[in-house]
Amino acid sequence: MNTFSIGGVHPQDNKQYSAHKKIVEVPLPQKAIVPLSQHIGAPAKPIVAKGDKVLVGQLIAEAGGFVSANIHSPVSGTVTKVDTTLDAWGMRVPAIFIDVEGDDWISEADRTPAVNRICKLEPQQIIEKVKNAGIVGLGGACFPTHVKLMPPPGKKAEVLIVNGVECEPYLTCDHQLMLEHGEEIVVGIQILMKALGIARAVIGIEKNKPDAIENMRKLAAHTLGVSVQPLDLKYPQGGEKQLIDACIGRQVPSGALPIEVGAVVDNVATIYAVYQAVQKNIPLVSRVVTVTGKEVARPGNYLVRFGTPVADIIDFAGGVPENTGKIVGGGPMMGRAMSRLDMPANKRVSGLLLIPESEARRTDPANCIRCAKCVGACPMGLEPYLLSKLASLSRWDEMEKHNVMDCIDCGCCQFTCPSYRPLLDYIRMGKAEVGGLIRARAAKK
Amino acid sequence: MSNFIVSPAPHVHSSDSVRRNMLNVIIALLPAYVVSLIAFGWGVLIVTAISVCSCVLFEYLITRYVLRQQPTIGDLSALLTGLLLAFNLPSNLPWWQVVIGAFVAIVIAKLSFGGLGQNIFNPALVGRVFLLIAFPVQMTTWPLPKGFATSYLDATTGATPLATMKNAIKAGDASLLDQLPELWDMTLGMIGGSFGEVSALLLLVGGIYLLCTKTITWHIPVSILLTVFGVSGLMYVCGMPGAAAPWYHLVAGGLMLGAFFMATDYVTSPMTGWGQVIYGIGIGLIVMVIRTWGAYPEGVSFAILIMNACTPLLNMYIRPKRFGEVKK
Repeated sequence: MNTFSIGGVHPQDNKQYSAHKKIVEVPLPQKAIVPLSQHIGAPAKPIVAKGDKVLVGQLIAEAGGFVSANIHSPVSGTVTKVDTTLDAWGMRVPAIFIDVEGDDWISEADRTPAVNRICKLEPQQIIEKVKNAGIVGLGGACFPTHVKLMPPPGKKAEVLIVNGVECEPYLTCDHQLMLEHGEEIVVGIQILMKALGIARAVIGIEKNKPDAIENMRKLAAHTLGVSVQPLDLKYPQGGEKQLIDACIGRQVPSGALPIEVGAVVDNVATIYAVYQAVQKNIPLVSRVVTVTGKEVARPGNYLVRFGTPVADIIDFAGGVPENTGKIVGGGPMMGRAMSRLDMPANKRVSGLLLIPESEARRTDPANCIRCAKCVGACPMGLEPYLLSKLASLSRWDEMEKHNVMDCIDCGCCQFTCPSYRPLLDYIRMGKAEVGGLIRARAAKK
Repeated sequence: MSNFIVSPAPHVHSSDSVRRNMLNVIIALLPAYVVSLIAFGWGVLIVTAISVCSCVLFEYLITRYVLRQQPTIGDLSALLTGLLLAFNLPSNLPWWQVVIGAFVAIVIAKLSFGGLGQNIFNPALVGRVFLLIAFPVQMTTWPLPKGFATSYLDATTGATPLATMKNAIKAGDASLLDQLPELWDMTLGMIGGSFGEVSALLLLVGGIYLLCTKTITWHIPVSILLTVFGVSGLMYVCGMPGAAAPWYHLVAGGLMLGAFFMATDYVTSPMTGWGQVIYGIGIGLIVMVIRTWGAYPEGVSFAILIMNACTPLLNMYIRPKRFGEVKK
């Protein structure tokens, strides 16, 4: 069975709008707003001030802790202020504002398209380079990548799982990256295998991308220890724990990290960023963003510098169609709706999905009919109907007993509910409360 | 360029709905309904019309004027309850008894608990069992399958195969089983009984439709049918005096209707796969106990209602298999 073992749903993949569209670079903005919190963990600390001239790729903010990431200037120009901004999710975060003047890069960056296959660095040097380049997981969680490369004492990585699943409907950026930059990704995989000191990597790709499977198979054919695992379509296969289960048949224990079963998971976009950083000295300043939707004029895959306002990106793809009701940063299953478009793109925005008004509203919920479809759909084996009921009654300790903290926010329960109940809304509320209780308990000890 | 809708993920939905699930069940009942019409004629149409109309009407009136809520008849659940209740009645039941059954099903068994999703017991079965206890004569006087030649109320009646099987096992005399109709007639539905339960074959076809459309899962029907087949097979093989062959038990009475359409009622069945399997086994066992030793010839309704009562308990103790479960 080439998929994960529990639950899952089959949403319409709707990838036809932007699939196979060549990656196109979005023009530089006139003013870039660079948020300093584009990752999980502490915000980065700015090291430039008003009036400073910066180059593309220059470090402008340092990681604010172990779990944090460096931020580099995505543009060249003059820093106009260090202030706060609303980020793409509508959260107020510190940010550096830069007036763009040309496109001058740091001297060490190698921007030629030639693929550099030889890496003579030691593992520790690779990890250092990944850390300095500010690389975070580009699959959506934005967890700093260097942290994953340093397993805690006593734990040993055995296999690198490469996430080329892209199970979110509509999104095609990872697919296109595997078609256009597959070679670089394979080099990136070898670099990470070297950094982790392991001999095995599995690239998981869903079968709705046969050309990507073909391409990666061809490229990895002569690379020892790297194999491609075609996977049956099922959401949320790109979830870390689900992908490990699907690729190597190991279940990460409740509450533990993938390293517990010897796995390290990285997304193909992250691995491409690793290649860029280690082999080309290009830090993470841009990513591929899928701009798509049923009514979008030029849906496609766009290379976007961080700090570019979302409105500029959408304009480049043909503008906001008149009947647009909702704009989602990310995919439709886990992405976040945006209230406005003047906010800057960041490391988290993998897609911009423009949903027509007619599909943008939720249907009114009806009574739970106890059909158990949410229980069957939950990939973590939880009971969403029960958890949402307990959350509505504020019975947080019971929610904890029923493993609410295992919930991965995938949305399968709410997607499948025939009564249109807001199951995940309630469960998220419960997770926040239970998380608070757990932290309070830990603080007391 | 503002005024965009903001709501938490997910932003898409499977477009599954209560109405669609109810509609699937109604569609799945239609093939068996055609056989019932051919077997029992006008009475089927009359009983169905009265049952469905009264159920929908009671639901509308009570939600609108007593509970003062938005009536929910659009989700088709009241219509389905009416249809299922009718399936569980003889086709010659007086109209006013059908109305009483509908009242008990919708008002007492469903709405008094809080409406759709809140009731403990299957409403259609509560309606049926109430009628069985209140009007035992009419509820066990079965018209013979003579098609449209029979009129609504003055049909000739006769014993059902289950009554024959009961007599045989009570007497411990297998020769009484010779009075059973041909197995093929029992499978197709040319026998006496509640009008919707007779055609085991076409109920099975409907059940397979429900499985294919993922309206129900295999757990409940398969565990009920296997249990009944296994237990009756054991009795037959061990040479219990008067025991009928297991295939007779599968096609007789309300077993197919119960296994695919009544026991699988979402609201009153357990939430997890293993819970549903235990629930199904429980129903199968109780059916066989009643059919063999009980006072009534048939026990599917009672078996399902008894296991309905166990459902909250099963939900509490039988949990789904968690991903990456840590043994404590």
